[in-house]
Amino acid sequence: MVTEYQKKDYSQFGFVTDIGEDRIPNGLDENVVRMISAKKNEPEWMVEWRLKAYRKWLTMKEPSWAHVSYEPIDFEGICYYSAPKKPEDGPKSLDEVDPKLVEAYQKLGIPLDEQKRLAGVAVDAVFDSVSIVTTHKETLAEHGVIFCPISEAIREYPDLIKKYLGSVVPMADNFYSALNCAVFSDGSFVYIPKGVKCPLDLSTYFRINAGGTGQFERTLIIADEGAEVTYLEGCTAPMRDENQLHAAVVELVAMEGAEIKYTTVQNWYAGDENGKGGVYNFVTKRGACRGDHSKISWTQVETGSAVTWKYPSCILEGDYSIGEFYSVAITNDYMQADTGTKMLHLGKNTRSRIVSKGISTGHSQNSYRGQVFIGPKAENARNHTQCDSLLIGGACEANTYPVINVKNKTAVVEHEATASKVSADQLFYLQSRGIDEEQAIKLIINGYCEEVFKQLPMEFAVEANRLLDLKLEGSVG
Amino acid sequence: MSKTIFEVKNLEVSVEDKKIVNDLSLSIKAGEVHAIMGRNGSGKTTLANSLMGHPAYTVLAGKVILDGEDITECSPDERAKKRLFLGFQYPVAVPGVSLGNFLRTSLGFVRGEEIPKKELRKLIKSEATALNVPDDFLSRSLNEGFSGGEKKRIETLQMQLLQPKVAIMDETDSGLDIDALKLVAEKINSLRSPDRGILLITHYQRLLEYIKPDQVHVMIKGKIVKSGGASLALDLESRGYDEFAGASNG
Repeated sequence: MVTEYQKKDYSQFGFVTDIGEDRIPNGLDENVVRMISAKKNEPEWMVEWRLKAYRKWLTMKEPSWAHVSYEPIDFEGICYYSAPKKPEDGPKSLDEVDPKLVEAYQKLGIPLDEQKRLAGVAVDAVFDSVSIVTTHKETLAEHGVIFCPISEAIREYPDLIKKYLGSVVPMADNFYSALNCAVFSDGSFVYIPKGVKCPLDLSTYFRINAGGTGQFERTLIIADEGAEVTYLEGCTAPMRDENQLHAAVVELVAMEGAEIKYTTVQNWYAGDENGKGGVYNFVTKRGACRGDHSKISWTQVETGSAVTWKYPSCILEGDYSIGEFYSVAITNDYMQADTGTKMLHLGKNTRSRIVSKGISTGHSQNSYRGQVFIGPKAENARNHTQCDSLLIGGACEANTYPVINVKNKTAVVEHEATASKVSADQLFYLQSRGIDEEQAIKLIINGYCEEVFKQLPMEFAVEANRLLDLKLEGSVG
Repeated sequence: MSKTIFEVKNLEVSVEDKKIVNDLSLSIKAGEVHAIMGRNGSGKTTLANSLMGHPAYTVLAGKVILDGEDITECSPDERAKKRLFLGFQYPVAVPGVSLGNFLRTSLGFVRGEEIPKKELRKLIKSEATALNVPDDFLSRSLNEGFSGGEKKRIETLQMQLLQPKVAIMDETDSGLDIDALKLVAEKINSLRSPDRGILLITHYQRLLEYIKPDQVHVMIKGKIVKSGGASLALDLESRGYDEFAGASNG
């Protein structure tokens, strides 16, 4: 009965911004890698780094173990670089930004305006591939915080980049990470100095705009000893017919006593109701708790993309370090999501917690894939995993693939899993109190996700609720 | 003469092709309290759920009329908006949805008009206090981890807030200790009013010691076999259902 609502959800985001593009030819070879590097004015060592990655990538194969299927990607049909016009005289404030861009941001509700500045959110927005506006730089600079496009960091902070880039996700970790190393165009770089609690939540909105343009962000966040930072990443994309490849790499490094909280709300175009089009989201996200008593927490709300392949993970090297993963993944129509996490316990007394909530509707497939590894030296390691799947309708699919690998007998590892449908009794109860069917379903599902949503900052929680509601409209009949 | 506020006419209800409620009729005047008594398995809960429009129950024949309006085809939420209320025997838990949020959403739908948030909170809080529902219950998940008595108090709180024209209370006394029973009964009594009808569904007469019904109906095998005044409940208690079961066959 609710099917008619389904069509309306994306139209409000389904605009294409008409902006001139600075493109290079489709396809990938060493020349293209050099051109990307040259456009960024990168130093020679970076060019070499990229070329090394490119050569490794050539020898690698696309992974096929994920429970997803899609048309083969034509890597020669992709344009590996596009930037909005006028990058050479970059804007110094919003007033100088192409008004169409600003309008696009406003349609997406992106907090670049004064209001949001007062709300304490600094924004390093990526529109297509080039970072355009960075706010709050001065406030951050006072605290010694570096928050800038990674292309700038490569030029300005080569020592940090050389030390940490590729230190958590090795260049040849997987097919897509190698590709990212070769062609990444931009992304964010964050460095929080020793003992500094970042005065603002750092936020980046990513967006894919140009048709057929792959986007390869690269993010590196380093929290030095005792530092703390919350990083917010949110994305939407305009309606497009072609599949768009997105292969980001995010690396987090937490030194002794440091804490990084990384939050994502992802709502890229998921294709139409027949499964045509949509973003391929093949992301490698990993954090290293290098120091003792460090903590990395991933929270993700995945509501978009045609195909998702994503496992934000934690390497718990330091003693007493903590890894967390909170996830809501909702799939509708013909979406396919294969997502989860890896918690690798290497240090003593390390702790990890996994809360995964999958919601499948329509003809979609939603898989949780997780690994908990307790190394031989990880005395007294603890893990708790809660993995729930909710199915709406009879044509969708939910799978869980948990792997638990324990090499130390002092470990305590707990895994709980449920799979269920929206209960008819819950629905009846809410409806008997006057709440209509659609709102009742939303309440039940928001309740189901509550454990994850309460990890989100207020404004993200509101957005997550809204995205969830949009996705659910039309999914129950 | 007061008007008829709730009428069930020759109702037949089946679940999974099995007929549970059979040619059942009932008429409640505004201001009256009726009690339906029956053993477990006599179809009481099926009747209650189907009167509220539960989709798992199929109405094969008959009509349900609320304040002169035929609601037989209405969805549960439409019935609620027309001010029909069902107090559940076992209110289902909805994890992650706070009682407070639920009550505000429910009131928003039923009252229709825009009640300012602040006022809504105040209203909910004061009614909750009156029913010994502590403040912190409002931030807890709906019906999750509450005792039987607490759940019934929460049901009664909803009835108070929604101010129904007709309230059906399904086995309100089950799971209540004597103090909780008295409190809930007191609340139901306070909700008796000249423009409201109340239908109590129970399998024994303990509740009726505290809420005196105007009429008692004995239900056996999905059918009302005898109706009478309050004394019928006592009569039933001393003589047992079997005698009435015989009557239904005869």
